[in-house]
Amino acid sequence: MDKRSFLAAVPALGLAAWLPGCVDPKSQAQAVYLLVDTSGTYAQEVDKAQLLVNYLLGTLQPGDSLAVARVRSRSFSEKDIVAKATFDGRPSQANLQKRALRDQVESFTRASRSSPYTDITGGLIQGALFLNETGAGKKTILIFSDMQEELDKSTVRDFPFDLKGIRVVAVNVVKLRTDNIDPRRYLGRLEEWEKRVQAAGAREWRVINDLEHLDGVLRG
Amino acid sequence: MADTPIWMIVPGNAPLSVLLLAVLAMPLLYVARWPVHSLVHALEHLARSPLRLVARWLVAAAAEMRERNRQVLLAHGREEVQQHIAREFERIAAMVRRDLEGFPALQRRLLDEITRVEEDYRKSGEVPPPPPEWVEAVAAIANVKNGNELVQRLLDEINLSIKEMHEATLDTYREACEERHRILNGFMPFWRSLDKTLARAADRMTSLGDRAAHLDAQMAKFEEIVRGTEKAEHALTVSQATQFLVSLVVLFIAAGGALINFKLIALPMSEMVGAGDWLTPSLRTSEIAALVIIFVEATMGLFLMETLRITHLFPRIHNLGEAMRKRMMAVSFVLLLALAGVEAALALMRDMLIADKMALLQSLASAPQPVAADGVLSRIPTAGQMLLGFILPFALAFVAIPLESFVNSARTVGGALLVLAARGTAFALRLAGNVLRNLARVLIMFYDLVIVLPLLLERLMRAKSPESKPADEAPLLAEPDKSSLSKRLAARGR
Repeated sequence: MDKRSFLAAVPALGLAAWLPGCVDPKSQAQAVYLLVDTSGTYAQEVDKAQLLVNYLLGTLQPGDSLAVARVRSRSFSEKDIVAKATFDGRPSQANLQKRALRDQVESFTRASRSSPYTDITGGLIQGALFLNETGAGKKTILIFSDMQEELDKSTVRDFPFDLKGIRVVAVNVVKLRTDNIDPRRYLGRLEEWEKRVQAAGAREWRVINDLEHLDGVLRG
Repeated sequence: MADTPIWMIVPGNAPLSVLLLAVLAMPLLYVARWPVHSLVHALEHLARSPLRLVARWLVAAAAEMRERNRQVLLAHGREEVQQHIAREFERIAAMVRRDLEGFPALQRRLLDEITRVEEDYRKSGEVPPPPPEWVEAVAAIANVKNGNELVQRLLDEINLSIKEMHEATLDTYREACEERHRILNGFMPFWRSLDKTLARAADRMTSLGDRAAHLDAQMAKFEEIVRGTEKAEHALTVSQATQFLVSLVVLFIAAGGALINFKLIALPMSEMVGAGDWLTPSLRTSEIAALVIIFVEATMGLFLMETLRITHLFPRIHNLGEAMRKRMMAVSFVLLLALAGVEAALALMRDMLIADKMALLQSLASAPQPVAADGVLSRIPTAGQMLLGFILPFALAFVAIPLESFVNSARTVGGALLVLAARGTAFALRLAGNVLRNLARVLIMFYDLVIVLPLLLERLMRAKSPESKPADEAPLLAEPDKSSLSKRLAARGR
């Protein structure tokens, strides 16, 4: 091979050697499962969930997945998923899907009804199943709730569940009237959830109360 | 007591213990002096020898590399100057052919003009007035005596005739003068034309002379390169280094252009190949596709330059037949044009995608955002992007020229840097070897310093002995005699 030909071929060879190192496209994708609490007094906060959904729609990229589900008396059900989409690889199609998802969530927030009990654990388990099905590399569950779980007597949730590799972020955890009387209740509630989530193998536990600080919600 | 260290001979008195230990150890150290010296020397030799060996090898390799670089540089320079001279000869041949082809016409024109000027000059010559033949007759009549009335009348008549003739002659003379002036006036255009023709011929000759002088200079340079003089080598090295730097700067600028190009087409490529596919954890397939398009454009540009014979990176393309070369040139140009068109379309698509995303974000925003008016002004960036997308591939095509310079000069500059690195490493290794040797000396001196008392005793005993050297001549703390040391080592080896 001539010296000059060789020099010209080196970058091409480098590129050829580098190309087979492809990665699974899903491993780079993000999947987000948003749980919106519609129970008790928190139902009046549902409108704020729209802001969070809008933020997520503006941040997520083509190829990412988003599901919005409600937390009711029993939340371990596909029927509680209000809207879900895995965005198309083409940006124009992804934008269309985002518009459709926004409309779905808007109609949900308008028509949501309060439920007597709050099954956050069921929603977490359902979210973990959904996220694991997507096969995304980065999985996040956002809980838009006051984190006060209330179950009816027949609902069983006191068993270990699996949140391995999933980030869990509690958003807009408002203080209840009783929390104002004794803040230890609020702090204790958050601590208890942190322990449960960590015990379930979650990658991270975070609390974001100010919706202005959503920038870091999908970071990491 | 249990906590007392083992070396503390006098419990609770460390200085005394150390002193006692030193006194006890001194005879042992004295006895072991020569073996310890030998050991230090052997270790120093062990460490220094490979360093020296590698340093020597590096120096030899550097010299070899330098010689090879020199040969390559001279060969490259010779080839370059040969091409330059050949090109110069071609130019001179073209000039001579062009000028000499026109030379017979020029000569004929010059001769015609000269002949015409000569003829006109001849015509403009002053015609002398006819000689007055009747003057003698008048004189004879005037000499007749006895003032005859007839003579008087005759003379009056003659006078009258003479006056008439004089006026007629004067008129004729004036007319002739006018004619001469007219002819001389007619010279002017011929003179001007002659002057212009001669100036043109002189210019051509001067230009030819300049070319010949330039050729002489190139020939002189070529001869110097063939002789392999230092001056030629230095000039070539400087020239190559300059070329290297200049081409590097131009390549950096081109890389900036390529980056802008990449930014223009990376987003719209995601519409074609999807934005969700990743080739590496940090690179999307769409980005790779955009890069590939840019590389293909650069390659087409390279082929175009090659087929235009502006660059000579691929000898095979350079040696193609004329018809095939032109065909390949056309194919490269058409592909480049097509890619430029694709880029312009992608730039438009990019603008549309961004507008779509902005519309989505505006609809998602909680507060209403101001909407830009859809006027002519908003279309200027779109048109600019499309134009840029169309122009950049052609601009990238010219990267082939600095790339060739870079490739050619990188050999020389890289070789020179390699030689420098080899010499620097050799120097560092030698320095390390010298430091090791001196360290070994310092160690030996320190050892002797520790056993200074037995050495002093030995010196005194030698001084008393009649066969020994005077005490002043024998150094107390001296480096052992290397010859005796090597003899001892050899004896032990046996």
